[in-house]
Amino acid sequence: MSSTSPATTTAPTGFSEEAFETFLQGRDEPGWLVDRRREAFARFKAFAWPTSRDEEWRRTDVRAFKLDAFAPPALHEPGPAAKAAFEPLWKSLSSHYGTGVAHVDGAVVRKPDPASLGGAVFVDLETAVKDHPEILRKHLLTDVVKPSDDVFAALHGAFWSGGSLLYVPEGVKVELPLFSIAGLSADGRVDFGHTLVVLEDGAEATLVRETASVGRGETPGLHVGALEVLQGAASKLTLVNIQNWDDATWHFTRERAVVGKDASLQWTVGALGSRLSKVNQEVALAGEGSAAQVNGVMFTTGRQHLAYFTRQDHQAPHTTSDLLYKGGLKDRSRVVWKGMIRVEKDAQRTDAYQKNDSLILSDSARADSIPGLEIEANDVRCTHGATAGRVDEEMVFLCQARGIPRATAVRLIVEGFFANVYDRITLEPVRETLRRAVAEKLGNS
Amino acid sequence: MLMSKVLRIENLRVAIEGKEILRGVDLTIKQGEVHALMGPNGSGKSTLSYALMGHPNYEVTGGSVTIDGEDVLGMEPDERAKAGVFLAFQYPTAIPGVTVANFLRHAVTNVRNPERKEGQDLIPMRDFRKEMRQEMDELGMDHEFARRYLNEGFSGGEKKRAEILQLAMLRPAFAVLDETDSGLDIDAVRIVSEGVNRVSAKHSTGVLVITHYERILTYIKPQFVHILFGGQIVEEGGPELVKQLEAEGYDWIRAKYPEAARLAAELEASQQDQGVGV
Ligand SMILES: Nc1ncnc2c1ncn2[C@@H]1O[C@H](COP(=O)(O)OP(=O)(O)OP(=O)(O)O)[C@@H](O)[C@H]1O
Ligand SMILES: [Mg+2]
Repeated sequence: MSSTSPATTTAPTGFSEEAFETFLQGRDEPGWLVDRRREAFARFKAFAWPTSRDEEWRRTDVRAFKLDAFAPPALHEPGPAAKAAFEPLWKSLSSHYGTGVAHVDGAVVRKPDPASLGGAVFVDLETAVKDHPEILRKHLLTDVVKPSDDVFAALHGAFWSGGSLLYVPEGVKVELPLFSIAGLSADGRVDFGHTLVVLEDGAEATLVRETASVGRGETPGLHVGALEVLQGAASKLTLVNIQNWDDATWHFTRERAVVGKDASLQWTVGALGSRLSKVNQEVALAGEGSAAQVNGVMFTTGRQHLAYFTRQDHQAPHTTSDLLYKGGLKDRSRVVWKGMIRVEKDAQRTDAYQKNDSLILSDSARADSIPGLEIEANDVRCTHGATAGRVDEEMVFLCQARGIPRATAVRLIVEGFFANVYDRITLEPVRETLRRAVAEKLGNS
Repeated sequence: MLMSKVLRIENLRVAIEGKEILRGVDLTIKQGEVHALMGPNGSGKSTLSYALMGHPNYEVTGGSVTIDGEDVLGMEPDERAKAGVFLAFQYPTAIPGVTVANFLRHAVTNVRNPERKEGQDLIPMRDFRKEMRQEMDELGMDHEFARRYLNEGFSGGEKKRAEILQLAMLRPAFAVLDETDSGLDIDAVRIVSEGVNRVSAKHSTGVLVITHYERILTYIKPQFVHILFGGQIVEEGGPELVKQLEAEGYDWIRAKYPEAARLAAELEASQQDQGVGV
């Protein structure tokens, strides 16, 4: 283990006052940011720790999660082995997309090439604090995600470290998809990355975010993150999150996109990794005529527990949202999906769709699927539904009758189950990544 | 013909959910022969085909099925397919999200390399696509069809054509066509039948045509005709038997085989009690 790892440089004092001060001292940040962190830290201390009595934690038991077993992120240079571990992923994403940013164990190791941005700003967040304070002062954890949202948002607000800013000025269209990697290596324990995406009016961009673990074995990891998206009028964003931590890593994140007038968002989530995830993913259709498509591909194995809370907030008239989450569950894994379509009084002519389908691949796996509607407008169309089922034996038989062995048949049928969500995803490499990840997870054990 | 295989069904008894449907069926098909199997609704024709293919719900309670003396009943359905058995389904199941092309490529790869291990390469895309398109052309199918999800939203006729496309690609030694003609328009019956004849001419496929109607048999000409009734084959003959059924229906069969008629009626009654409908 490298001697510069946070576990050894910072005494494991957890997230105490003292640890917070040490964290601040190590960073040399401007006053406005320190103030914000302090405010968030105060909120964090004031929040009660979640228990099974809290609605969002009723089905998600976090008693095994010991925050104090971790230490706040420390700024340090990852060792060569840690860096090298993520080179294959970097190379693969570089071959499919434009420029990218990579963090390993919370520290930035690769920065985007400004030459291929066509006028947009895409930088790691520490650089953004220095070079683009006006954007961060305005938008960072102020109006999209707020430290007051819950205890993990507050924790993130106090201790966020690493991450990236994508700012696309008015009318600028970024041609090639951008990407970001957050990796945890054998030397790392925590990632507190923050992503802020701001598209001005008429701007267009694609951002693919991936998280990954390499060679960490059973060592617990922790991600406490947030993603904030603000879209101006008539902007277009394609956003992808592929969460592929190892199954010793805890994953807590809050993600919200606010979509402006006539703007459109396509947001794809691959929820594959982690020991336990608690994710709030929200789209706010804030401007008239805005539209969001949300695609979710979940696949769990072993004892993984993934809890996703999705929200489609219709705040303006003539808005559209279309959410499709599909999950495959193996072994003793568990998925909780709770969706909410909320339509405010003024949001007439809303068209909202919400669907969650689960394919249960073992007797001990369990999917809880809870769609929900809250509608205050009277001229709307809202559809929601959920299904859960097994691999259909008639389909298996048909495959076998054509010479396809059972295991292959099941694989084809599972892939087929996800096809209608893949069909919605416009980026071929993303479809391919998800396909391969699902096949891999289906295959082992 | 060299190496002509023989499929032999002997005294086959099959039960569904504990109820005996087939009560001792004997049928021998040699490669290259064409047989027709007829019989009233519910007589057990589809049961025979499913049991032959190894559907798990069809419990074989007696008898044997062999190919050249080798036991078939102990095989998994995919092993049966590799051994040369093909069933064109009366009601093909849809597999959402799996394209006709992908499905067929897996099927063809496995059937043509019976020793293949999971995960080994599929047959090359180019060769496969070329072959598939040729067969589709012969069956008057649009190439776009290959990109559709198997049987999902297919019309009745499209499903049947897709079954024959699979037959053509898999080149089995024995093919059972379970009412492939039902749901097909008059031209389609001819096109599909010609497809079957082409395959059987090329690969010396032994064909068992299950049908209610004479029309398909004017294209696929059977040398042998069998009538299944009350779970047994009660009459056998040549093409003249088809003419007789077409003209007279099944009443004479019922009259001639009162015991089978009693069993058939019994089965029907027990189904109605349980509310099992067709
Ligand atoms: N899954 C099942 N569960 C219960 N009964 C079944 C099942 N499948 C078939 N049967 C019964 O077995 C009997 C034979 O059915 P089968 O489908 O083999 O008849 P068939 O000769 O193919 O009829 P058709 O000409 O209508 O296609 C019928 O009485 C039918 O209701
Ligand atoms: Mg039938």
